[in-house]
Amino acid sequence: MQTLEQLKVRLETAVPGARIEIVPNGSPANQPSLLIDREHGRAVAKFLRDDSDLRFDYASNATGVDWPEKTIKEKIKTRKIVDGVEKEVEEVVEKKTAAYLEAVYHLYSMALGHGPLVIRLRTENRSDKVTLPSLTPIWRSCEFQEREIFDLFGIVFEGHGDLRRILMWDEFTDHPMRKDYVDPDDYEYEPTPHDRVLERARLHYPPEATA
Amino acid sequence: MTDDKLREELSRQGILATTFAELYNWGRKNSIWPLQFGLACCAIEMISASMARFDISRFGAEVFRPSPRQADLMIVAGTVTKKMAPQVVRLYDQMPEPKYVIAMGACAISGGPFKQGYNVLKGIDRYIPVDVHIPGCPPRPEALLDALMFLQDKIERQPLTGPGRPRHLDVSAPSEFPVPAFGAHDLVPTKNPALWQEPPLTRQD
Repeated sequence: MQTLEQLKVRLETAVPGARIEIVPNGSPANQPSLLIDREHGRAVAKFLRDDSDLRFDYASNATGVDWPEKTIKEKIKTRKIVDGVEKEVEEVVEKKTAAYLEAVYHLYSMALGHGPLVIRLRTENRSDKVTLPSLTPIWRSCEFQEREIFDLFGIVFEGHGDLRRILMWDEFTDHPMRKDYVDPDDYEYEPTPHDRVLERARLHYPPEATA
Repeated sequence: MTDDKLREELSRQGILATTFAELYNWGRKNSIWPLQFGLACCAIEMISASMARFDISRFGAEVFRPSPRQADLMIVAGTVTKKMAPQVVRLYDQMPEPKYVIAMGACAISGGPFKQGYNVLKGIDRYIPVDVHIPGCPPRPEALLDALMFLQDKIERQPLTGPGRPRHLDVSAPSEFPVPAFGAHDLVPTKNPALWQEPPLTRQD
């Protein structure tokens, strides 16, 4: 199999207009992935499956990631003229990261024996524009896993065909795997509550005890 | 028949003396037919208890019934998810009286290792009356047999009249309990207040 850089060039020539980005992975696993734009997601996936050199015929795993908005403080060293003397000044700049939901697919080739290739698709935001192209028409094995992503993260897969909740009941309206999910406070006795459990237990203390 | 010594003496002479209540409860306690269903890994231990090595048939409870209409005992063996809870309560409602419930394992009695989760019911005793709780994760088959013997003792001691009589002999006792509905965030209601109340918290730190 080619390197990701070669693959990126190949995909961009094979699918005109596709915007592909290599997402590095700094962890010890060092498994970089390909970020594919929403519009060409399915065309790229089809090429990955059908190309005779790649033949990614098996999607072993599809999962979701929630990326809420985060403020990151960065220290930037700049040269400024202070009192007529040029000095190096450290400035703290606050940046806000974009908020989006992500679907991650792990692809293998059974025919050629290579993989995994990790591809990612990102939604526009995580509130109202949460649509992604479904890859179920390409890999049938994604069907239940995309339903699970829809259930737990709230990503709507276009072209899925049977997009219903799979783990929670149909009347359920939340998406439990999102970072801002607040689970129902159905109290259960804890003999030694601590940390977040203690915070929740406090809400159930009798009024005179909390006063 | 209160004179135990006299009865003992009579039985030594080959005369069996009993009462209607004792005979009735003796029959009931030795043919507790469980409902055949399992929810999670505790069911494996329940199956094991029914097989030759542990042999639940020694206690007359080997006849696992595939229909709630023929069952006397519900063994809630495993994690009850909130999605599954209404079906479990409905199965209980469909069982005819007299009926008993064993909550088997940490999950069925309290939610167990999943009690901080959003999707697991924190004890089936929130919706149906439980007669015996077995702790353990999972409990050994011996623990299930012990629970069964405990239940047998309970049945044996039940008077047929007056307070404490089994529910099928009490016209005013409820036989069915409301089935919770699927809500937008949780089950509605989250508990049956007539059966289960939050234990009061006193810890003040």
